[in-house]
Order: sequence, then C-alpha cells, then structure tokens
Amino acid sequence: MITDYEILETMKMFNEQHLDIRTITMGISLMDCAASSVDECCNKIYDKIVRYAHDLVATGEAISKKYGVPIINKRISVTPIAIVAAACDTSDYTPFAKTLDRAAKECGVNFVGGFSALVQKGYTNSDMKLINSIPEALASTDFVCSSINLASTRTGINMDAVGDMGRIIKKTAELTADRDALGCAKLVVFANAPEDNPFMAGAFLGPGEPECVINVGISGPGVVKHALESVRGADLGTVAETIKKAAFKITRVGELVAREASERLHVPFGIIDLSLAPTPAVGDSVARLLEEFGLETCGTWGTTAALAMLNDAVKKGGIMASSYVGGLSGAFIPVSEDEGMIAAAASGSLRLEKLEAMTCVCSVGLDMIAIPGDTTAETISGIIADEMALGTFNNKTTAVRLIPVPGKTVGDEVQFGGLLGYAPIMEVNKASCADFIHRGGRIPAPIHSMRN
Amino acid sequence: MDSNKNTAVISVIGKDRVGIIAGVATLLSQNDININDISQTILDGIFTMIMMVDLKDNVIENSDIVEKLNALGEELGVTITIQHTDLFDRMHRI
Repeated sequence: MITDYEILETMKMFNEQHLDIRTITMGISLMDCAASSVDECCNKIYDKIVRYAHDLVATGEAISKKYGVPIINKRISVTPIAIVAAACDTSDYTPFAKTLDRAAKECGVNFVGGFSALVQKGYTNSDMKLINSIPEALASTDFVCSSINLASTRTGINMDAVGDMGRIIKKTAELTADRDALGCAKLVVFANAPEDNPFMAGAFLGPGEPECVINVGISGPGVVKHALESVRGADLGTVAETIKKAAFKITRVGELVAREASERLHVPFGIIDLSLAPTPAVGDSVARLLEEFGLETCGTWGTTAALAMLNDAVKKGGIMASSYVGGLSGAFIPVSEDEGMIAAAASGSLRLEKLEAMTCVCSVGLDMIAIPGDTTAETISGIIADEMALGTFNNKTTAVRLIPVPGKTVGDEVQFGGLLGYAPIMEVNKASCADFIHRGGRIPAPIHSMRN
Repeated sequence: MDSNKNTAVISVIGKDRVGIIAGVATLLSQNDININDISQTILDGIFTMIMMVDLKDNVIENSDIVEKLNALGEELGVTITIQHTDLFDRMHRI
C-alpha cells in the first residue's frame, strides 16, 4: 500500500520541482531508404518516418494524461544521413535535411536528429558531402539537428575533421546570423558519441541499433536539489545516498513511461537516459543544485568535485532503477539552458576553462556556450580538440556545442528562446592555436584503448 | 504493466471549504468510479485529501475525467489530480 507521504512527495516532484520526462525519442533506421536518385531516397525517408512515427505524439500525450506526468518533447532520431545518402548521385545533402524537417512537421515532433556522420577515423565521400552541407541544411530547416562524431577512444581523434568543423560552425553561424546563430544550437560534435542517445542535438540512431526503438530521456535537477535541501550540513556520504534515492525514483518514472510507450507503439524499448537536464526555468537548474552542496556560486573551487559526485550518484541510483540505462546518462551542464549557469557566467564566476574542467566529470561537454562572433575558426577547432582529447583519453563521451554569435562580443547577451534559453557571451583565450590545427592528421588512440 | 488493477490516486490540495469531498465524490459516482479509500488532513490550513479509486472500465486517457476534475478543482478553488496507481508503485517500491 502506498502511503500518503509517498503520494504527496510524488505530487510535489511534479508540481513544484519540475520533474518531467524530457523526451520520448523514436529511433528509426533509414538503412533501407538508400537509392541512387535523390528524389527516390527522400520519398522513401519521408514515407518511412511518417509511417513509423505518426502515432508517437498522440501516444506520448495519452501516457502523460494517464499518469499525470509531463512529457515535454516527442522526437525522432534516424540513421546518420551520411550513410543513408551515400549511394545518391549528388554533392548537396540539403534536400535530405529538408525531407527530415517535413517529416518531423507532419508527425508533430519538435526535433529530428540524424543529419550526422561518424568520422572518428576518416571521411568517406559521403561524410565529406554531408559536413559541407551542414550550414545550408541547418539554415534552411527548423527542426533538424546535426551531429558529427570526430573521435573515439578506440580510434583516436580525426584532427582533419576537427579543423573542418571549426569552419563549418563559423559558416553555420553566418548563415543564421539574423537569428543570433541559432543554427549552431542544432549542431554538436562528439567524442565517443552514444548511438542510442535520445537528447538533442546529438541524437541519431547508430548503425548497430534495431529497425525502430523507443529511447526515453528523463530530467529532474529540481527533485535532486529539493532532496539535498533536506540534508543541509550533513556529510557527503549522506549527500551521495540522498542523490541516489532521488535518481532512483526519477528513473523509475522514465522506465514506466518508456515501457508503456514501447508497448503501445509496438516498438521495442531501448534505453532510459537518466540525465539531469536543466531548463531555463527557476528551480530546474543543475548549477543551483551544485550550489546546494555548499558553493557560493557555480564555477568556484569545489564545483568539479561536487559535479563528479553528483554525476556518479545519479548513475548509481539510476542503474538500480532500470536494467537498460544508456545514452548520455549523467548531469548536463549547458550554459544557456540553465538559469544558475547563466547567472554564474554573467557574474564572472563561471569561465570557459572551468567549464572545460567540469566536462571531465559530467555526462557531456561544452554545451550551449555563446562566444564572440570574431572568434576564429581555428580557435573553435582548438576548443573542440581539447574537448575531444578529454573524451578520448578518459574513455567517456564529450561534446561541443558552441555558438559564435556574429556581431556580438563579451558583455552582450543572446536570446534563443524556449528550452534553448539565453546566454551571456563568454570570453575566449585569443592566443593562436592555428598552426596546431593546420597540421591535420590523426591523434593516435590512447594506449588504454588496446584492451583486447 | 506490472499490475492488472485499474486503480488511480486522486489528490486534492488547497484551501479548506465546505463541499470539497461531496463535490469530488459526486463527480466520481456520476462517472462510475468507485472510491476504495479516502484520507484527509489539514496541514497549516492547507486541505489535503487523497482518494484511492477503482476506475473499473474507465481508461483515464480516453475519458474526459481529467478535464472534469480540473473544472471541479477550479470551481472549488483547489488543485485536483488523478494519476494511475502504477506510477506510485513503480516509483516507491522495488
């Protein structure tokens, strides 16, 4: 029998602490959509997505109503388009992005991920075409997200691609300059990208994934913060225990929703991604949660240690709650999407270098960070290279989603709206790394990749 | 799902006034929903009522019970939510 206390605790999680299911993401394989004609390939892609996902939004809404659980986003991830379009006789992949956009709109989802390529060891011709098409593709669509895997612990870092992506990010910013470089908010580069991630902008359906699958991303920094408020002054062992319990409950909600969605849609359940995903709303911030550990402002000394412990405890609690945990699973630290991060960055307490240190122990990387528009492509590539090294050499996923906002500089602010939030422009070290980036080639895989 | 019971938890939170229980109970009986258990407390003047109900053949998402409860909540000046019991079992029991 469930007690009144448990019922009231649950009510508060949803009503006051912003607990929600952040996304139900349907992964759809497009492997069988290959064709030599662009039109034929696009038609197959559109038809298949709409056929598989036409009930996704309605199903999400029905589950939300049954359990009184907010389900914020319904999304679609697909096979990397560089694979699907490889057989097509064209050098411009923008039509594929437009097709994904059209299919997303028909299904009523708010993002589709998979305008992607996996180039950690080198480019195919198709990978090159896709990467060169990214700026135009993101400028001419609304809901398409693009991700490129540049590095992995097994293969090392493709520094040619790191160099190219600096230029592509700059060009994407220029083509969407009228919208404060919004295109860059839909573009992320990875080391060790997970193939079952339900979160945008990095969601795609990896080549080893099934025909169709349901992956669910949960949220809930507010719930964990509230739990920590009840153990103020207690030692850190108690804090870890408290986080684990909260993460367990949050993950169980995700699993319930995922299993029910899978059953109703007749699609296998893949994974729960138990990430703490913040939003710009007050009370839904990972930075404020870190401050609850006893830090005056996020970014001060102790922040990395607190984040490491948070990330680990969230995983331990979540693992107990579901046998199929995957994706990114940990704490996200996007700047523009987190009210506390925004405040810490604006006050000068949180700097880019500290964020880089934090990405060594969080679940992803340098995320949604606005930088001056005059930052060079090589400097952007240098930032990416450092982040790829952290992921590759520490055997974890890392990512970079930077927004060089044309015409803006340190002291300015940029508004993206909605879940993407707003951000102060952060200062970037201007000393040149151009000669390093221009060397190109591959950084060899680290010694601990040799595990056979 | 885990259980075969089609039961739900209805919670009512707000300022106490005459007719809350009567209002909710009447609405439920009109919609063929049976009340299995009911408990209420007043904490710091905040009225809190929890009902365990048997939905019988009702399916929450296919009926308009959520909308009706919301409308009644507005009329009574309280917040009323209905959630399938499976949610609580999953969250609080291993």
